[in-house]
Amino acid sequence: MPKAHVSTTINGDEYEFLCEPGQTLVDVIRNGLGLTGTKEGCSTGDCGACSVMLDGELVCSCLVLAVEADGKNVDTIEGMAEGEDELHPLQRNFLELNGLQCGICTPGILIAARALLERNPDPTETEIRFWLAGNLCRCTGYDKVIRSVQAAAEEMRES
Amino acid sequence: MTELNYAAPDSLDAAVGMLADAGAGARILAGGTDVLVLLHGDLIEPELIVDIKNIPELTDISVEDGAWKIGAATSGMKLMGHEGFAAAWPGVIEGVALIGSIQVKGRASVGGNLCNASPAADSVPPLIAAGAVANIAGPGGRRDLPVEDVVTGPGQTALEAGEMVVSFTFPKRPPHSGDCYLRLTPRTEMDIAVVGAAVNVTLDDGGTCTAARVSLGAVAPTPLLVEDAAAALIGTPADDAALVALSEAASAACDPIDDKRGTIAYRIKTAGVMARRAAETALERARRN
Repeated sequence: MPKAHVSTTINGDEYEFLCEPGQTLVDVIRNGLGLTGTKEGCSTGDCGACSVMLDGELVCSCLVLAVEADGKNVDTIEGMAEGEDELHPLQRNFLELNGLQCGICTPGILIAARALLERNPDPTETEIRFWLAGNLCRCTGYDKVIRSVQAAAEEMRES
Repeated sequence: MTELNYAAPDSLDAAVGMLADAGAGARILAGGTDVLVLLHGDLIEPELIVDIKNIPELTDISVEDGAWKIGAATSGMKLMGHEGFAAAWPGVIEGVALIGSIQVKGRASVGGNLCNASPAADSVPPLIAAGAVANIAGPGGRRDLPVEDVVTGPGQTALEAGEMVVSFTFPKRPPHSGDCYLRLTPRTEMDIAVVGAAVNVTLDDGGTCTAARVSLGAVAPTPLLVEDAAAALIGTPADDAALVALSEAASAACDPIDDKRGTIAYRIKTAGVMARRAAETALERARRN
């Protein structure tokens, strides 16, 4: 089969690319389009490092074929900050409260946490822990991740 | 190495035709949470991947005269977010909610959970307890199969070559009905069932149980429909004696394996405990509506 032609919208920008039918979305995003903020960890949907939004649904981009993104909207970590200077409240609170160490899991956690806060602006600690159960972090022990999400949620509710 | 092709037909007839033409070289892609792991692990080498999510019937959720119908490729998150279905079948939603992470449920479907044919699939016991029917399409036309007859062994189903599960239909629920699914795992989240138990009951106005279905997961090569456990409830006021009998019948039906998650003895004992607890919650729900 010749390469598939895919038209998709990523962070509001239109992209066109060619890909192999079996290529994953994370592979194309990172290696084809150079959007390397999304990380690939396990490649089996267990770790959540490659989390992106696909038509508003939180998914692991290692478990999506790039051809499936045709005609769809993809949101990655590169679209999270407002412009060059203004970080999203989640990003700022992760920095201020040390919600990350090595940072590999962080883009996926931020994407997942934003999806949670859009559905539920005032989640309990338990709700945050269950929602982020698909995002593995081997550094922080999660407590600082949870506190960062809580602080961002509070700030976003007040603004 | 064979060359891989991808197709996303927008009609069921087209999908069935493609599957028939490609024969054993075709794989169906719904949520992809199993098939893409197999593909990229080089455990399968299909010539054709048929993405079925563009077929409207595969992702519809509808209700007609109280009987719900859900497309087999509907994602778990979409199903969980459907207030009408969730209110009608809370036990099914409890099973779906336990399939992997939010990310996995954003893609994974009930049809895939069934056809992957794991004995421990969390959405299957509540489908069996509900009396759901799998609507199947294939080269020979359409046919219906009760969900308990779909899985025939670990990784094995009763689907013939070229057949696919299109949707599930649920029976209309009489008043005073309730269902529940409970799962036992060593962790609180993101684990595979040691035991899963689903119970679906209907009571009459006086509180006597008039219908019941009990299903167990992870305690035998396939999810089980345990008729003896249901019989222990039917015709009784669902009192303590009936629940003890249900629990004993559930344990007696188990034919489990020893593995790192639990021993045979542990699975047999806890299957009875989980079946009773699921029955208690299902009964509580039935008494409320």
